[in-house]
Amino acid sequence: MTTPVRETVAKLTELKHQPPEGFWRRYVFSLDHKVIGRQYLDLALVAVITGMVLSWLMRLHLGYPNASIGVLGPANPSQMTPEYYLQLMTMHGTIMVFFVLTTAPFAGFGNFFLPIQVGAEDMAFPRFNMMSFWVTFLAFVTLVASFFVPEGPALSGWTAYAPLSAIGKEAGPGEGLGQTLWAISIALFCVGQLLGALNFIATTLDLRTKGMSLARMPFSTWAWFTTSVIGLIAFSVLLPACILLILDRVAGTSFFIPAGLVFNDQVQTHSGGSPLLWQHLFWFFGHPEVYIAILPGFGIISHILPAFTRKPLLGPKVLIGCMIAIGFLSYTVWGHHMFLSGMNPFSAILFSVPTLIITIPATIVTLLWIGSIYGARLRITAASLFCLGFVSVFVSGGISGFFLAQPSIDTYLHGTYFVVGHFHFVMGVAAMFGIFAGTYFWFPKMYGRMMNETLGKWHFALTFIGVYCIFMPMHYIGLAGNVRRYSSFTDDYLQPLLPVHKFMTIAALFTGAAQLIFFYNLFRSRFKGPPAPPNPWEATSLEWSTPASPPPFDNFGGKHPVVTQGPNEYGTAGAKDYVMQAGGEA
Amino acid sequence: MGKFFAVTVGILTIVSAGIFMFHVWWLPPDISVLGAGIDHQLNETMVASGILFVASQLALAVFVWRSSGSTGPIKIFPGGATPMVVIAVVLVGIEVAVLTLVGSKVWAGLFMVQAPANALQVDVQAEQFAFYFRYAGPDGKFGAMDPSKVSDANNNFFGLDPANDTTARDDIVAATLAIPVNRPILLTMHSRDVGHAFYVPQLRIQQDFVPGLVIPLHFTATQTGKYEIVCTQLCGLGHYNMRAYVEVMSDSDFAQWLKTQANQ
Amino acid sequence: MTAPAARAPWTPARTGVWVGIAAISMSFAAFTSALIVREGPGSDWQHFRLPPVLYANTLVLLVSSALLEIGRRRQRDGREASSWVAASGILGVAFILGQIVAWRALAAQGVFLASSPSSAFFYVLTVIHAIHVTGGLAGLGYTYRRLVRTPGSAAGVLTAAATYWHFMAALWLYVLFVLVARI
Repeated sequence: MTTPVRETVAKLTELKHQPPEGFWRRYVFSLDHKVIGRQYLDLALVAVITGMVLSWLMRLHLGYPNASIGVLGPANPSQMTPEYYLQLMTMHGTIMVFFVLTTAPFAGFGNFFLPIQVGAEDMAFPRFNMMSFWVTFLAFVTLVASFFVPEGPALSGWTAYAPLSAIGKEAGPGEGLGQTLWAISIALFCVGQLLGALNFIATTLDLRTKGMSLARMPFSTWAWFTTSVIGLIAFSVLLPACILLILDRVAGTSFFIPAGLVFNDQVQTHSGGSPLLWQHLFWFFGHPEVYIAILPGFGIISHILPAFTRKPLLGPKVLIGCMIAIGFLSYTVWGHHMFLSGMNPFSAILFSVPTLIITIPATIVTLLWIGSIYGARLRITAASLFCLGFVSVFVSGGISGFFLAQPSIDTYLHGTYFVVGHFHFVMGVAAMFGIFAGTYFWFPKMYGRMMNETLGKWHFALTFIGVYCIFMPMHYIGLAGNVRRYSSFTDDYLQPLLPVHKFMTIAALFTGAAQLIFFYNLFRSRFKGPPAPPNPWEATSLEWSTPASPPPFDNFGGKHPVVTQGPNEYGTAGAKDYVMQAGGEA
Repeated sequence: MGKFFAVTVGILTIVSAGIFMFHVWWLPPDISVLGAGIDHQLNETMVASGILFVASQLALAVFVWRSSGSTGPIKIFPGGATPMVVIAVVLVGIEVAVLTLVGSKVWAGLFMVQAPANALQVDVQAEQFAFYFRYAGPDGKFGAMDPSKVSDANNNFFGLDPANDTTARDDIVAATLAIPVNRPILLTMHSRDVGHAFYVPQLRIQQDFVPGLVIPLHFTATQTGKYEIVCTQLCGLGHYNMRAYVEVMSDSDFAQWLKTQANQ
Repeated sequence: MTAPAARAPWTPARTGVWVGIAAISMSFAAFTSALIVREGPGSDWQHFRLPPVLYANTLVLLVSSALLEIGRRRQRDGREASSWVAASGILGVAFILGQIVAWRALAAQGVFLASSPSSAFFYVLTVIHAIHVTGGLAGLGYTYRRLVRTPGSAAGVLTAAATYWHFMAALWLYVLFVLVARI
């Protein structure tokens, strides 16, 4: 894209923004990417509270199975049924993966900041952008509705393996309408994300301001751009899979259901379908999905860290190259979720090789972050603490991946709590830390007020210790063979591990309580936080060059910033130890 | 606060690594012929990743400790990004290559090799929420299965038709997997309804049941005893309770067991 | 490059259409792989004769594309194009109606969605394609409005719409190929 074409684009009337008028246009059906970004973040906030409460119920039951606590189940108020546990588990996973980890760091912060970081007035297709939020909102409502239908929500896990998920009510409680609603919800979610990816890609390629070459884009923009390319392909595969699943459930087709299945002594009429087909389609989406969950975190951490080390991030081009490599490789590894699935054992080796290779760029980026702290003038704030904490938990979570990537070891560890510990560290903790870091860092720009730093530091300290106490023990009990997705531990060999479950439950409740500090800080600062200076962190990227916090409706007050350097200009010699990207004004 | 972070990381690292190192919780003793390969692979990986884990966490802690609140001139890591790339590509790359080469052999031995000719074949069916095991009986042949003849009420789990199918008449169906010690066992695994899985930690074996497929799994147990078989593929509300036992016994005890089962 | 208006300016709409084409292609790749897997081991794949109206519909869609392309080039040369866009859109509607005729013809023969895996894929592929064509019709409608109201700035939109519409024709040829080869 050469400059003359971009200037032509910038002049096109269809992109000129008028300020929004009227309550509905300003606050509900807004075309402004900043409002849409906040709507996504608010949706993710509701989702994470829901998902967290579900996890408390789960852990309460696992740690104290005989406890008499209200709301533990619809049938019996004082004790949780096995199916209810599995339903809570399914909804916990689905809500967290889709409506928190894909929504907050990517759709939320990305929508708010990508256009600003590239110097644009808004996303390329504001109407599609608005649609993407409301379709996602509809998806969430559909999913939550499954709690209120007879037989309740699905219980087949967020992975919804067929035939359990495809047969229908015959498969047992939790496989009635709730599973169909699950599939509809996820299909809608795919549509919403595709509309979003469309915007991210077109905006990054076409709406960069003068001087903002691809090489000068902030790391967070690169991460959002890479993530949206991954997401475009991944969600385009999940959507067909969900459509076929819905057809199997309601239209009598047999895409995923083989012949001769017997439930309650009744032979099913379906025939010829392949349960493995669902697994392939799902994991072809599912593995890139977890990189969709973590790559924005990579970008956010890499973006924020230099502002608090006051020196350039080490190896910026290497970092960007590694993010792209990880994105590309993420499409070659999906079979590592299926080593024991019954597919040809030779393919296990084929999938294991790229899975292990992907550890190389992941190691490089981790070492680049650690090396960036060497010799720094480190400023400790809530935002920077969550960046540092991200590195630590990502190391912990990534290392356990080493084990699972090898089919011979996975023969033992598959289906155990070792896997649960692994993915919670990288997704439930590291990706969440990315969201926290982004919140503490960008809150002043989004709301024009500062969050309370003392509360933020307490939030970090309690959470950091808490998550290690919850999730590190999962690796130990996994090594002992503790199977996952069990609503109770009645096997002989699991009895010695029950005290560990109690410990994890207490840690989970304690860590959950610590999040109340964050929520309180978030809400209070919205209304009572001290006014924020325009660039409180002395950072370089374009969002800190907007004329106000929050930015005006067209971000830069009618002027297009002109970019004269990259985002990494920290630690420069002279009176100021940093140079802003918009060194010269348009 | 930076120093608090550094100390916390240090403590968490050392405690976590220590618990791994001292096998506070660990795998149960291995009672299979091929399990040693898996255990060796696991230990190798534990050592290599343990070193990487401790080194990177401590480096993080040390750098944060030293640079927290520092006001001196900034320093760039010696060599810049190059040492990071070299460490990752060379060290991690070599480790990955070694683990793949050795691990592939272990994997192939488990899953890509035919069962020995003298293996005892046991037909295994998984269903919501139990495992059933079928032995061929003296005629050495398994009777045909017909889903329309399945009746849990009549204990006809496999849908056999002994009235019309001679090979089915002497099939032995049991809820326990009894096997002779030190004899190769070949399981032919199929599911009657949804996906299930078969896991015996002590035997170091695990394999999914896929409806519509018959999946072979073979192993040899080296110690007598009673071990739990648990389901590891989410199959519905009874998933947590879906178990059976594998009883490894001497040849003579096994022959006796078969006779007792046949007479029932 | 002699005349300055020889090539339409690159607008985000054109990027958007190519991104959309990537996503839609990926979806159809997923459906195709599902078809291949499903046909493989199952012995219940029942071949049936494709309704002949499909071929007429193919012709209609190709002519529709041709008309739109003519309109795009006329607009580029500064001539009137909106009537060609309208004609293209009308043929697009005719395509959808023709597909409905095809579905009803099959239903009359007793071939429904769940009759066999082959019929299931027939309906899935043709219906999903038709849904995307309907989206394209909405795009053509928007393009027509822009050509009538602000013809001077409609080049980018028209090019984007034409790219999408030609892709719908190409995608239909692919779907038809799969149907002929495997159904």
